[in-house]
Amino acid sequence: MRLLRKNLVVIAGLLTLAYMILPNVVVMVFSFNDPAGRFNYAWREFSTDAWRDPCGVADLCGSLALSLQIAAWATLGATALGTMIAFALVRYRFRARGAINSLIFLPMAMPEVVMAASLLTLFLNMGVELGFWTVLIAHIMFCLSFVVTAVKARVMSMDPRLEEAARDLYAGPVQTFLRVTLPIAAPGIAAGALLAFALSFDDFIITNFNAGSTVTFPMFVWGSAQRGTPVQINVIGTAMFVIAVLVVVAGQVAAGRRKRTDVS
Amino acid sequence: MTITDIPRAPEAPEAPPAAVRKSPARKRLVPYWLLLPGILWLLVFFALPMVYQASTSVQTGTLEQGFRVTWHFATYWDAFAEYWPQFVRSLVYAGTATALCLLLGYPLAYLIAFKAGRWRNLLLVLVIAPFFTSFLIRTLAWKTILADGGAVVGALDALHVLDVTNWLGWTQGDRVLATPMAVVCGLTYNFLPFMILPLYTSLERIDGRLHEAAKDLYASPATTFRKVTFPLSMPGVVSGTLLTFIPASGDYVNAELLGSTDTKMVGNVIQSQFLRVLDYPTAAALSFILMAIVLIMVTVYIRRAGTEDLV
Amino acid sequence: MTDSTNTGGDVRLSGISKTYGSFTAVHPLDLTIPQGSFFALLGASGCGKTTTLRMIAGLEDPTTGTVHLGDKDVTDLPPYKRPVNTVFQSYALFPHLDIFENIAFGLRRRGIKSVKKQVGDMLDLVQLGDKAGHKPHQLSGGQQQRVAVARALINHPQVLLLDEPLGALDLKLRRQMQLELKRIQTEVGITFVHVTHDQEEAMTMADTVAVMNGGRVEQLGAPADLYENPRTTFVANFLGTSNLIEAEVVETGTDVTVTAGGGKLRLPADRCGADTRPGGKLLVGIRPEKITLAHADDAGAIADGRNRVTGRIVDTSFIGVSTQYVVDSPAGTALQVYEQNIERDSRLAPGAEVVLHWNPAHTFGLDAAQSMLAGTVSDAGVETVEDAA
Repeated sequence: MRLLRKNLVVIAGLLTLAYMILPNVVVMVFSFNDPAGRFNYAWREFSTDAWRDPCGVADLCGSLALSLQIAAWATLGATALGTMIAFALVRYRFRARGAINSLIFLPMAMPEVVMAASLLTLFLNMGVELGFWTVLIAHIMFCLSFVVTAVKARVMSMDPRLEEAARDLYAGPVQTFLRVTLPIAAPGIAAGALLAFALSFDDFIITNFNAGSTVTFPMFVWGSAQRGTPVQINVIGTAMFVIAVLVVVAGQVAAGRRKRTDVS
Repeated sequence: MTITDIPRAPEAPEAPPAAVRKSPARKRLVPYWLLLPGILWLLVFFALPMVYQASTSVQTGTLEQGFRVTWHFATYWDAFAEYWPQFVRSLVYAGTATALCLLLGYPLAYLIAFKAGRWRNLLLVLVIAPFFTSFLIRTLAWKTILADGGAVVGALDALHVLDVTNWLGWTQGDRVLATPMAVVCGLTYNFLPFMILPLYTSLERIDGRLHEAAKDLYASPATTFRKVTFPLSMPGVVSGTLLTFIPASGDYVNAELLGSTDTKMVGNVIQSQFLRVLDYPTAAALSFILMAIVLIMVTVYIRRAGTEDLV
Repeated sequence: MTDSTNTGGDVRLSGISKTYGSFTAVHPLDLTIPQGSFFALLGASGCGKTTTLRMIAGLEDPTTGTVHLGDKDVTDLPPYKRPVNTVFQSYALFPHLDIFENIAFGLRRRGIKSVKKQVGDMLDLVQLGDKAGHKPHQLSGGQQQRVAVARALINHPQVLLLDEPLGALDLKLRRQMQLELKRIQTEVGITFVHVTHDQEEAMTMADTVAVMNGGRVEQLGAPADLYENPRTTFVANFLGTSNLIEAEVVETGTDVTVTAGGGKLRLPADRCGADTRPGGKLLVGIRPEKITLAHADDAGAIADGRNRVTGRIVDTSFIGVSTQYVVDSPAGTALQVYEQNIERDSRLAPGAEVVLHWNPAHTFGLDAAQSMLAGTVSDAGVETVEDAA
């Protein structure tokens, strides 16, 4: 009993973690299901059919490819624009700073559905055809603020004396930026880019409003929740999960090894 | 290597002629050039749409003949009068989910920050890992977990939890799915990482010696938490609750997938007005009311919590 | 301000040790710190001094052994139940509380309601009466340091533990705070246990100094005693500077006679911390400031009965109050000599042949089985590599 009280925090924390992981486990287990009807909600029997034919459902892999494509372009756009803003905010003095800070903060402090709806009114009023481009525009817009925040944090924690040291050691402004500033800011930029990719890839609400008849992967899942959920959805979900976890773990191991060799 | 092998520092170059030297005016423009594309993007695709939405909300007309601005403010009143239960529901669900996130997330953030040791990175990966599967798929998984007659519902029934939640009106009979409880459970689940990560960041920043100092000054573990740890984690609590409450209040995915017609939130109404009913003025007005409510609540909350350095 | 609650008595550590996995931070240690004394734990980083302090505070559980305060065994008491307070390294002031609340923290935790008077008195003691409403980050390093002392002292602990309390201050402020802390200690009469790596700080402030090395106490005593009679090469080198000369014992009586580099040296037998049988090896030690330097031409004028070593100056540096010479001799290389700048002999320049001479009574003898370099700067590098492994 005393042990239980002493480790109360640990137990509560692990329970929360279980709550967070449980759906992933269900998704994984049900990727091996052979459901009775159109919906994959109740367990019937073990089957690897879906794994052997992940693209066996019409439009599924097409929507996945489209989502990856949009996420890649949105990441590129948001990271480029966001990094520039972050550098301007940290490194320069200029007017209208407060207004610009609010403009960057507001998209993060706004329910997604409000942004989605207002963007749709813009496109409707302008007579823009909804599709790939409107989705991409929307994704760059809401990813931008997150990239700015991530990069800004990193650049702010950077010692300005490092740049002074570079200039003292005969590096011109461009050299200083390329050889000192950028490498040090890189982890922040990478974090921002990863966040942008994840947000864009998984976005549903804004996409739902502005996609027209274009179907991204989340849109496909949404539609299938009404029409019937193919097991292949779970296969894709599980595969993405496993790949991402492997990449993260490999990165951690590599970083750990690098650290150890640095010491010796 | 002797001292003579080291290359000499370059001679100072001759001062460039005045015309070549970068004019200070051009240098002063650098930040504006850096800001221009991104800020323009936000102005055109974030701020301008707000203006269009404001204008749409005071238009009248029909889809066939087109909408015209007629300054018909009554739309706001009509929309609110008709859909106030959905507004109330949104705020209650989002508020409950936020409180649950804080309650569930704090121990985990605390565990990772102070007790995990060499497991810290693994636990952090596990917190972020669910993100790697589309949240819609994971939300659908709750349909399986909370299925009628399933293990979870059976256990809640056996523990008489359902009796209590039925009495509170959170569940109905022996069902959890399609009840407010399922929606809140889904919202809590979906936004937990947004609570845990800021909490973890601010907890991890606390100097461990402050805990020792508190203990040294006669504070028991509970008092140390109350007087030192929790106050110092306030920035994380504030940003965590905002990151949970704001998106939860506008969410319609959980209510749609896990709820019923009796659990519709304001997001569901906006979505269906915009995409199915095509009553743009009403939808725009609802969206504006939601934005106003959230912004006011957030501003008041930040003021009261006294934390300005969130961005 | 001597307090009635201050009747606890001595701090007694018995067989106390601390190991982390395979690394032993503190070897089993017995130590008694008398009530009311100013006690310093001195050593290089990683020597176990801070771990020892933290075990007294209760912030670290000892692997073996017990901690007594007076007659009371406090080994199993958590820190918040021990009548002991700590001034932390870099202070650990609560950033979200103002100075007043920082100082009142301990009192409030013990359920004391009216803290105003006590906190006010304490603020006056550390001369910060006007800073009560400030936040810690608004104060200078020296002021933060005084708040940390006040925050601990207000609880009238039986023992005040200070973990490198002056480490973050610049030299001048450090000297000032050393005197200040000494004044406060005399005023309140509480036992102070002070951890530091600065030998001058330890010697200025403490009544008793324990020199620690590699998780063990090398030697314990009054500062002057440690300085004059080091018993290990580590203490000889870590406290100030020592010239150590390898020698062989020739004769033993009340004085020990040894040969080193072809010459004979004498030292008192009671200052020999080692075996002095004829034929045995010995390290002969002499402090640089006890040596007088004479030009070889004046060798005849040196009084009889003094120890002499001939050599050649290889380097001189002018320090202001003194000049430091480095001399190579057959008995040993790089011998250090400090001469007061009273009458400077212009012939004493690099290359000059000289005679070093000193009173045999100032000589000490150490066991030759230890490293001559223990406790020197070059030794420190070796030690960190071992720590990392």
